[in-house]
Amino acid sequence: MAASLRCFLRSGKNAVSALGRREFHRSSPAAVQMTVRDALNQAMDEELERDERVFLLGEEVAQYDGAYKVSRGLWKKYGDKRIIDTPITEMGFAGIAVGAAMAGLRPICEFMTFNFSMQAIDQVINSAAKTYYMSAGLQPVPIVFRGPNGASAGVAAQHSQCFAAWYGHCPGLKVVSPWNSEDAKGLLKSAIRDDNPVVFLENELMYGVPFEMSEESQSKDFTIPIGKAKIERQGSHVTLVSHSRYVSHCLDAAVVLSKEGIECEVVNLRTIRPLDVETIEASVMKTNHLVTVEGGWPQFGVGAEICARVMEGPAFNYLDSPVTRVTGVDIPMPYAKILEDNSLPQIKDIILSVKKTLNV
Amino acid sequence: MQNMLTIISNALCRITGRNAGARVVVSRSFADFTPQATFDIKKCDVHRLEEGPPLKAELTREQGLEYYRIMQTVRRMELKADQLYKQKIIRGFCHLYDGQEACAAGIEAAITPNDHLITAYRAHGYTFTRGVPVKEILAELTGRKGGVAKGKGGSMHMYAPHFYGGNGIVGAQAPLGAGIALACQYQGNNQVCVTLYGDGAANQGQLFESFNMAALWKLPCIFICENNKYGMGTSVERASACTDYYKRGDFIPGIRVDGMDVLCVREATKFAADHCRSGKGPIVMELQTYRYHGHSMSDPGVSYRTREEIQEVRSKSDPITLLKDRMLSNNMASAEEFKEMDVAIRKEVEEAAQFATSDPEPPLEELCNHIFSNSPPLEVRGIHPWSTLKSVS
Repeated sequence: MAASLRCFLRSGKNAVSALGRREFHRSSPAAVQMTVRDALNQAMDEELERDERVFLLGEEVAQYDGAYKVSRGLWKKYGDKRIIDTPITEMGFAGIAVGAAMAGLRPICEFMTFNFSMQAIDQVINSAAKTYYMSAGLQPVPIVFRGPNGASAGVAAQHSQCFAAWYGHCPGLKVVSPWNSEDAKGLLKSAIRDDNPVVFLENELMYGVPFEMSEESQSKDFTIPIGKAKIERQGSHVTLVSHSRYVSHCLDAAVVLSKEGIECEVVNLRTIRPLDVETIEASVMKTNHLVTVEGGWPQFGVGAEICARVMEGPAFNYLDSPVTRVTGVDIPMPYAKILEDNSLPQIKDIILSVKKTLNV
Repeated sequence: MQNMLTIISNALCRITGRNAGARVVVSRSFADFTPQATFDIKKCDVHRLEEGPPLKAELTREQGLEYYRIMQTVRRMELKADQLYKQKIIRGFCHLYDGQEACAAGIEAAITPNDHLITAYRAHGYTFTRGVPVKEILAELTGRKGGVAKGKGGSMHMYAPHFYGGNGIVGAQAPLGAGIALACQYQGNNQVCVTLYGDGAANQGQLFESFNMAALWKLPCIFICENNKYGMGTSVERASACTDYYKRGDFIPGIRVDGMDVLCVREATKFAADHCRSGKGPIVMELQTYRYHGHSMSDPGVSYRTREEIQEVRSKSDPITLLKDRMLSNNMASAEEFKEMDVAIRKEVEEAAQFATSDPEPPLEELCNHIFSNSPPLEVRGIHPWSTLKSVS
């Protein structure tokens, strides 16, 4: 109940009024609820149908319907040729996917979680990311690497790392981090249609969360451009910049802060690389304060990069206080619930950080 | 005689797509030469196969001259690269292929330009056999804009249609090759992918991961181990618990081939390609070969092997000499013909080197281009905040 209430708050006035009166016909005619999981599934389904060269490979993606059920139904519809179960050999199957992309196909390579992508990271960076440059344009690599990234719940240190900063560091890659269902669908479709290697960072805790899908987003040709951030909430006192799951946290914090008269502008990055610095700068030039929020570790992280970029650009002169980074704690992820909860940004941490930044 | 000259000239042009025919200028009448001969070739050891490649190979005069031309061109090109490296005109990594020419020439003779090939970093020979002219290879080594990768790739990163480099990370090309084979199978085009690796890479985990998936899915992939007996400075005995590299595919059939004999390599590769094309899945080939140079230009190559060993291979098993002697003793060509070819090849390589040393370096405006394919231009962060760099596809 709480989850659906939160999501209705996010999707705007129409949905809130609909909840109040339970008269869905009053909201926009084609408004539809969709979980992030289903949005990803729909994106892949549509792209598989649209282009014969697209195929999916990874562990359990076919007959198991996906470890997290993201590829549910696809094997049944498209068969062995296009939905391929692989052995547990990440370096091998990631390399195979890259080779297939070099030879003219358009693979989607799923890592069960991005933690396992470390076994294959050489193929992602040295074989995929750098090849178009090394060949001076002779050899493109149209591939998507996707899977859940960052912390889940209770999966401990080896299964909870956020790779946004690692992949975001490398030229030749596009790195995307969707938040809601529309992001998931539109960005995955763009990633699949992109002729370059795209690292697509999903979030396991978001898979089951429903969001309203606009009419536009229900079209088979709906795409969201890679490299553009979105203002999810307008505000004038402080800019909150985040990606993936923490956008929800920022919006929740914004609601609480609003009651105290602090209006937050919430920027959903959508893409980590290339970073949409212009949108961040424009917002900072309006609010004069910046707080970044992420689940990853602080050192050399996404927030650190945003700080550096803001300092180097026109927005620096508009800052009334230093930028604040809200990040995961700089430790391997512990298991016990109380420890895990205190290892990641909570809404209260964002609220405190905003108030400290505004000196209130 | 004029007619014969035209026929041979045309045949050579058709085989290579290049104007090779112009080089065949002889004083003797062609009616004197044996047009075709059959040679005994060494029997291949096999693994999980009922029978191996044939024990005899047919060679026409045209083919022989063409294989000679290819091998000699690669040889002279590599020696020229050695020279340019010592003059510091080539820098960085340079892994030379001289001694192993029969592998590249023999493989290419057995496959079509539509088939695919990928190798590791000792790649100049394959770059040539897959269609890149000598001058574009040398200009890439010298880092000029006329290089095949416009100077941005260097020795280990040269590409051509159906040739995927040139890969610097040992073993990484193995899964890539299996993936290319998957694309062939997926597209149903009856093409195969030749995936090369060395005796050093033969112990890489990702190679076994590739074997597993290639066999599971019956990918049309010919895995070829070029065993030149040394992985950098480590002999095969010191690196591998099992040095029968043709057996290392375990459940994948394998053939061990004399890699110094271009005909042996050709017949084995034909056998392997037929195996793959018939849907039987992957196959492993081990080519027993030898490199005259050290691992790279920074390795003299004599601290882990004796000069006597190198000299012995040169005098007894040189691939170019082997072919030439065969043709001469069967009256398939004359010594003058070979000499004339040598002169022409030296000239070609010399001109290529001239180009490679005089062509300008790539312009600085190109620095950031080719990050992304088919994408709108983007700004690239330079060395300091005041540099304005742009990248176009």
